Amino acid sequence: MSAAPIRLGLVGSPNSGKTTLFNALTGLRARVGNYPGVTVERREGTAMIGAHALRVIDLPGTYSLDPISPDEAVVRQVLRGEIEDVPAPDGLIVTADACTLERSLNLVAQILETGIPTCLVLTMTDELHARGGELDQARLSDALGIPVVGVVGHRGIGLEALKGLLPDPAAWDRPAIPPPTGEAERQAWVTSVLERVLSKRPGRSERSEAIDRVMLHPVLGSAVFAVVMVLFFQLIFAWATPAMDFIDAGVGALAGASRGVFGEGFLADFVADGVISGVGAVVIFLPQILLLFTLLYVLEDVGYMARAAFVVDRLMGSVGLEGRAFVALLSSYACAVPGIMAARTIPSPRHRLVTILVAPLMTCSARLPVYALLIGAFVPAINVLGPIGLQGLALLGLYLLGVVAALVAAAVLNRTVLRGAAIPFYLELPPYRMPPLRLVASQVWGAASAFLKRAGTIILLTSMVLWVLLTFPRVEPPADLSPHAAAAYQLEHSAAGSVGHAIEPLIAPLGFDWKIGVGLVASLAAREVIVSTLAQIYAASEEDEISLRQAIQNDVYPDTGEPVFTNATAASLLVFFVFALQCMSTLATIRRETNSWGWPAFAFGYLLILAYGASFLTYRVVGAFA
Amino acid sequence: MTDSSPTSADTSLADLPVGAHALVVAVELEGPLGQRLRDLGFRTDAPVQCRRRAPLGDPRVYELAGSQICLRRVEARSVRVRPVATGQVAPE
Repeated sequence: MSAAPIRLGLVGSPNSGKTTLFNALTGLRARVGNYPGVTVERREGTAMIGAHALRVIDLPGTYSLDPISPDEAVVRQVLRGEIEDVPAPDGLIVTADACTLERSLNLVAQILETGIPTCLVLTMTDELHARGGELDQARLSDALGIPVVGVVGHRGIGLEALKGLLPDPAAWDRPAIPPPTGEAERQAWVTSVLERVLSKRPGRSERSEAIDRVMLHPVLGSAVFAVVMVLFFQLIFAWATPAMDFIDAGVGALAGASRGVFGEGFLADFVADGVISGVGAVVIFLPQILLLFTLLYVLEDVGYMARAAFVVDRLMGSVGLEGRAFVALLSSYACAVPGIMAARTIPSPRHRLVTILVAPLMTCSARLPVYALLIGAFVPAINVLGPIGLQGLALLGLYLLGVVAALVAAAVLNRTVLRGAAIPFYLELPPYRMPPLRLVASQVWGAASAFLKRAGTIILLTSMVLWVLLTFPRVEPPADLSPHAAAAYQLEHSAAGSVGHAIEPLIAPLGFDWKIGVGLVASLAAREVIVSTLAQIYAASEEDEISLRQAIQNDVYPDTGEPVFTNATAASLLVFFVFALQCMSTLATIRRETNSWGWPAFAFGYLLILAYGASFLTYRVVGAFA
Repeated sequence: MTDSSPTSADTSLADLPVGAHALVVAVELEGPLGQRLRDLGFRTDAPVQCRRRAPLGDPRVYELAGSQICLRRVEARSVRVRPVATGQVAPE
């Protein structure tokens, strides 16, 4: 008995205060993982109560033990002890929102059928009283035959009473009579319990009503939605930039300093360009991830996210997605990594997967340097409509192409690869609530640490492998070359250079030569890397964008004397970057979020095919007009 | 109290006008989808009110068992309801 710690399962419907209670019991000592074989997140923590260390398992939110999603199926399997390495809990803590007790009692009835010792935690009792409701907790405990504790999690009310109870679930009161079975019997039981304990039903939340009159107003609500989303996007984009620049500069300085320590040679190059910039490639995402999740969880916990999803659901529904996907796709404009992570808020696994698979099509900020270089070099800087420049229009066109492609891809994926059982769209609009800061902080920390651990290792590894490919085998450049030209010579003869030459026949139909091929290989690390790689190949100084621009404008094929970068090639390359998933961080994140290698492989594959096809078409069409 | 008296003319939840009250007659949907609607509180004789609709007309928000549930038209169509006057479903 003393050897294995007591295991307690935390069960409750969404918005019932389950996560707040979990945090109140365990502090920030949660371990986050996955259940074997599914993408459902597994959260466990330790609650220290006196001398007892209790394992608390935060089970996914569910309305019922008749599962309709993988998340909910996990709840039932855990309660039955059907998952390997996850023994059935010794006791269950069921959280129930006192304001929606009727619905929670259905879940309670189903849980009592399992025979596991259970105690009920009534949350939001302060809100119940504020809304004029009256509920007799002692009678509820009598009627159910199990302990009932009222807890207002963020104020700590009732926590001590609950903690006194938890260490010994075997001693909890059990129902004297067998719990109801079957739907009709349960329904009658719920009604009779409610009649005995709820002397006054709560009215509407006046505060929420008042806020909703604005937030859900046909005109005002749409305006609020637009403003919130623009601010949201702006904050992720603009606020994260200084921090990202700072990290970028810090990584650069660190790489420089490491050269001071290791001197010249491969070791120094490997540490500076392979390891440190690889770590940098991971850490650079942290500002966006922290900001995005802070905003996301505040909006979610306050209750606005459900309203936003409600307002925009119709639009997303037309391509087979749902309202909650909007936020994930919008976040992907800054970067697909936080965008894909934001898809966690989507309960339907299919909707979530479609959202993840199309998120890389949104124009992320890493594409901007590539677009800037090519548009700067090949689109004339003339004004077409008053002050509106052709270059700006070209950029806008690329953004729009990404959006349209994402929506079409979503519609197609929904009808083909991911066809099958849909779960109904339903969304609860919870009353507006102020989330405890601790809760937001722990959610944000959970998301950030998961990214660092899971995606970070893959990004670092890939970065080191790419460095090796771009560096080896070493060849001695002819002695008369300038340092820049010598670097270009070595790059051409590296493994990546060989790959560039090897794939030249494959990419020639797109108008690309081997140099662009090397750039494409290198851009697997991150899209903007193609710019620095091209700079290296053209032996241009990376800082001097003008000279790289001139270099690619002046480059000709040695055998024919034709220019390498025609307008058709430039357009084709731009279109390639709109579609292709040239980003290992995104792939690593998809791997982490879907808990499989299959889906990142699929995403990479389908986007590569799209990119190839669209580039081919662009090259032909633009070439025909030129 | 307004005019509308109890009627035997059942309708679907999707056709309930905004602001109107009704009692759930049945969820006419088998399998897990219907089960989930029942879990959410759409059970026989449960009072429900259509509260508002989204700016683009769909989905709509229904008040039921003390909570606000938002459903698309396609799901709401499978919930059969009986419109009633406001006073009949006031909290007892």
